[in-house]
Amino acid sequence: MSENQNPNTSQDVTTSTETAGHPERFSDPGVPEHRARLTDTDPKANKRSERIIVLLFALSCLGAIASLVAYFTVRPDGTTDQTRLSTLLLGVTMAISLLGIGIAAIHWAKALMSDHEHVDERHDLKSSPEVREVAVKHLTDGVEDSGIGRRGVLKGAAVSALALFPLTFAVPLISSVGGDWNISKFRHTIWTSGKRLAYDPTGRPIKAADLTVGSVAHVIPEESEEYMASHEWITEKAKAVVLLVRLNPEDIRSDQSPEGETWSYDGIVAYSKICTHVGCPVALYEQQTHHLLCPCHQSTFDMADGAKVVFGPANRPLPQLPIAVDDEGYLVAQDDFAEPVGPSYWERLK
Amino acid sequence: MKALAARRHHRAAPVVLMLLALLLTGGVYAVLAPSSATADTASTANDVEEGERLFQANCATCHGPDAEGTSEAPSLVGVGAAAVDFQVSTGRMPMQANGPQALEKPRQMDEEQTAQLAAYVASLGPGPEIPTDEMVDAEAGDASNGALIFRTNCAMCHNAVGAGGALSEGKFAPALYDVSERNIYQAMATGPQSMPVFNDATITPDEKRDVIAYLVEQRDGSAGGLSLGSLGPVSEGLWAWVVGLGLMIGAAVWIGAKSS
Amino acid sequence: MSTETASNTGAPTTPVGKAADYLDQRTSIGVAVKEFARKVFPDHWSFMLGEMALFSFVVLLLSGVFLTMFFDPSMALVEYHGAGPETMQGQLMSTAFASTLDLSFDVRGGLLMRQIHHWAALVFMASIVVHMMRVFFTGAFRKPREINWLVGTVLLILGLLAGFSGYSLPDDVLSGNGLRITDGVIKSIPVIGSYMSYMVFGGEFPGEHIIPRLFTIHILLVPALILALIGLHLFLMVLHKHTQYPGGGRTDKNVVGYPLFPVYVAKMGGNFFIVFGILALMGATMSINNVWNYGPYDPSPVGAGAQPDWYMLFLEGSLRLMPGAGTEWVIFGYTLSLNVLIPAVVIPGLLFTFLFAYPFIEAKVTGDKREHHVLDRPRNVPVRTGLGVAFLTAFIILALAGSNDLIATHFAMSLNQITWAFRILFFVGPVFAFWVTKRICLSLQRKDRELVLHGHETGRIVRFANGEYIEVHRPLDEQERWLRVNYDAHRPLEIEPATDARGVKRRGYKSDKRWQKLSRFFYEDRVEPVTPAELAAAHSHGEHDEIAPAAHTSEVTSGTDTVDRER
Repeated sequence: MSENQNPNTSQDVTTSTETAGHPERFSDPGVPEHRARLTDTDPKANKRSERIIVLLFALSCLGAIASLVAYFTVRPDGTTDQTRLSTLLLGVTMAISLLGIGIAAIHWAKALMSDHEHVDERHDLKSSPEVREVAVKHLTDGVEDSGIGRRGVLKGAAVSALALFPLTFAVPLISSVGGDWNISKFRHTIWTSGKRLAYDPTGRPIKAADLTVGSVAHVIPEESEEYMASHEWITEKAKAVVLLVRLNPEDIRSDQSPEGETWSYDGIVAYSKICTHVGCPVALYEQQTHHLLCPCHQSTFDMADGAKVVFGPANRPLPQLPIAVDDEGYLVAQDDFAEPVGPSYWERLK
Repeated sequence: MKALAARRHHRAAPVVLMLLALLLTGGVYAVLAPSSATADTASTANDVEEGERLFQANCATCHGPDAEGTSEAPSLVGVGAAAVDFQVSTGRMPMQANGPQALEKPRQMDEEQTAQLAAYVASLGPGPEIPTDEMVDAEAGDASNGALIFRTNCAMCHNAVGAGGALSEGKFAPALYDVSERNIYQAMATGPQSMPVFNDATITPDEKRDVIAYLVEQRDGSAGGLSLGSLGPVSEGLWAWVVGLGLMIGAAVWIGAKSS
Repeated sequence: MSTETASNTGAPTTPVGKAADYLDQRTSIGVAVKEFARKVFPDHWSFMLGEMALFSFVVLLLSGVFLTMFFDPSMALVEYHGAGPETMQGQLMSTAFASTLDLSFDVRGGLLMRQIHHWAALVFMASIVVHMMRVFFTGAFRKPREINWLVGTVLLILGLLAGFSGYSLPDDVLSGNGLRITDGVIKSIPVIGSYMSYMVFGGEFPGEHIIPRLFTIHILLVPALILALIGLHLFLMVLHKHTQYPGGGRTDKNVVGYPLFPVYVAKMGGNFFIVFGILALMGATMSINNVWNYGPYDPSPVGAGAQPDWYMLFLEGSLRLMPGAGTEWVIFGYTLSLNVLIPAVVIPGLLFTFLFAYPFIEAKVTGDKREHHVLDRPRNVPVRTGLGVAFLTAFIILALAGSNDLIATHFAMSLNQITWAFRILFFVGPVFAFWVTKRICLSLQRKDRELVLHGHETGRIVRFANGEYIEVHRPLDEQERWLRVNYDAHRPLEIEPATDARGVKRRGYKSDKRWQKLSRFFYEDRVEPVTPAELAAAHSHGEHDEIAPAAHTSEVTSGTDTVDRER
């Protein structure tokens, strides 16, 4: 045995050495001798195994019957306890009936069935040269017959037709699946000037005085009850949800209002609740740090600093909803968001 | 005595000695350890006065002699009796170490002292009051509405059934399974530490009671069997590997092994 | 095959014989029975991992049929008044969610079936992963099984799709937010992303089409593809015959094992019942996906612990680890969100490319064109094993990163610090794991060499008359030795020289050189198996190695024998 650490290369080779007079490699000792099992040598053990197997099958039968009994006697009544009981009984009896069969079958195979190893030959997967020759001849004969080798225009025409026909099916499928394909809808939400902010999910409008410093409110636009029971509402809500927090006005370092405009009211700021990363609701408001944490991928936004990203995979701050107060003291939106809410998409700035 | 000495080299001897030592130490501690911190409790009916004394002894170092706040801790003027009852009854206050997360620990003030502290702080300025028993009665609340409110306002921090969750930088929202109904109400009303404030306008008293009803309902356990902590798909995945795959691989090893 | 074989053995008399004859006269089934009934399969527990996946899939089909009898995928809104929990009464929800509640609380055995179905899905993916690990580490993907490896990897991806579409069906807050994230990922794709998002949801998110579409995908399209590919997977396995672990009598030209009927019918059949039974036990006792706690999907709520099922955690972790600062670029007014594309498209792309390409890369670097039916011991292929462990390390780190908030709450750590730690570990971990694994494999190979050359230590110390002490070693028996010497230590590729005989530069040289470099990375460090010559040399150095065991412990051989020391 030699283990040479060749300093010239980074090799780490432990090689074998050959000496004349010895075969190059060891030879296969063959399949190991069969070792008799207890059930092979001891007829009592054999009988005992058989009895165990019968018992297991019998246990399985009992499990199956018990399962039927459980099904017909334990009826759901809507309570947690009853459902739990029914699930438990049906499932455990089912398991007994299944495991009984499984364990019995395997014990049978291991203990009673012959365990002498068999040897099968493997054949080369590659077809023999004769078969290949005939196969190639078949194919060339077929090509000859069709004449496609000589008829170029025919080939071109056939290929064109075959390439085009799937479109007759695929285009209607893909196109219809996309509805009206109007992606400019991503740009706008149902917030408009004068729309009141309301509590999610009750729809009660929010007064500025409702909020104290440290308060948070989950906000939706005020809509009719009828509209809020429609399907369209859920799709619009998916862009329109807003988080309202009241900060100490001194704590607010910046927000997104442009020069000359005020988008907040007396320390109350409203930002879109849809994360600019991939769209989860950003909802974990930490009162003391005024950080807003998204639970999905931990993007963190600073509500006192224009909802800038302070940690995590989001890149852009949450868009701010410009708010004001109407003459009854209710909070209202001044306008829609100044940019599309939620995750980025290719045409976002176009 | 000889019998005892004869067994001094017994295998179990170190264990027995250890147990005796622990018993002794524990017993001495139980007898000699100080009980909850107290100030001088004279038998007076004036809770506010008592509360002030307790405050000076336990709270003023951080919150200021008039509870006006210092750089260490915020002002308590206007936080209300509910805040004090919550913080002190859960042992969060007096705080062990200053920081954004106040950990729940065994309470230092008993019921009476807590009430006195609460009375004192309430006297400093109007704030959320301690709820009545009726206000926190789970039976009177609507668990279904509570589920709706909880899901929108609370589940993101506390998990869908109140199993707790992580906040940033090592803070966390604790599990709600063992929190009393009163404290659930008070936490909502006062917004302790990182938790936002849910005053009576944002979540009305009835809605708060509905939330309590929802949380109490969760204590019945799961209809599907073991709740496994109700932590969601991650723990379910862990159990699928440990129990499911573990049992199946165990079975496979048994199947493949030669019978004896 | 002739249909008159019955006349060779006489007319059938028993009912079974008559039935067999009836069938054979119409289908030549005799051929199949002759070929397959006593087909030999090798025996090892690790060969049952694929079975576990297969049987979990069968359980999924069975429990799934039950569920489809009661589940209604419509997104039409209803106000719920049913057998479900108190907390759901009177709430507005989609029909999909409502039917899930009814299925769980109104249908006897419904919750059991839902739970069995979901546990089976988790176990299905887990068993695919461990099965792939076994195939990878033992080199069962080598010729002729490369195609089967590809089929298997596609099955893995289809499994992911099946699981994702399945758990989104109840339309609850948790899976709904998962759909939202998917929408965000789709939107990030350049040029076509917004349109793809519109197409998938039939409009803006969430729309009213997604759940029925996922239903079709989940119960029709994906299972059909999975069944077809499983059929191909098993067909190839039968055609190639199963691989076998190295051992006495096992060669690339045979299969040593037990016959299909009755041994494997009993063992595989039994395994099916055991897998099903374990899943039934889990469904009966361990609750999973209690959707009524999450609530019906609404775009506003979200819960702590917002993760997908475990097999999607690698994507989730990927998304969590990517930093956002400076990773969104605007090019001519168009937005390129690398903070989403890299973790959700590029990283999984790299991982799956590794899986798909590996058999072909390894075939190229060994230059080995033989068929392989005897498996490798992982220690004998150190770089492959190291790469596999590195891959798993990356996968596990991503999965842990996807659970970072649960790690934070359970171990009282900071979420942000955990995220940073995993950001670094994602790069450092796999490299370190590769290096450690490779060194361990090489060491184990050297240990094997030592064992073959010197035998087992018996613990018997013998003192010779001249005062020398030695420990008696018991030489390995034939089988033990064969196991440790029967492998090929591949050598790095040798390539033809850069210039041909006439001094003209060869065209494929640069590419050959690159493959040679990669081959060196794989096979430069190697341990070759012991040869008979070496064993003889070792023995000639130490006759004391073959001292027969003595009757009592102390023995001193009176020694005129000269005993050379063994190193």
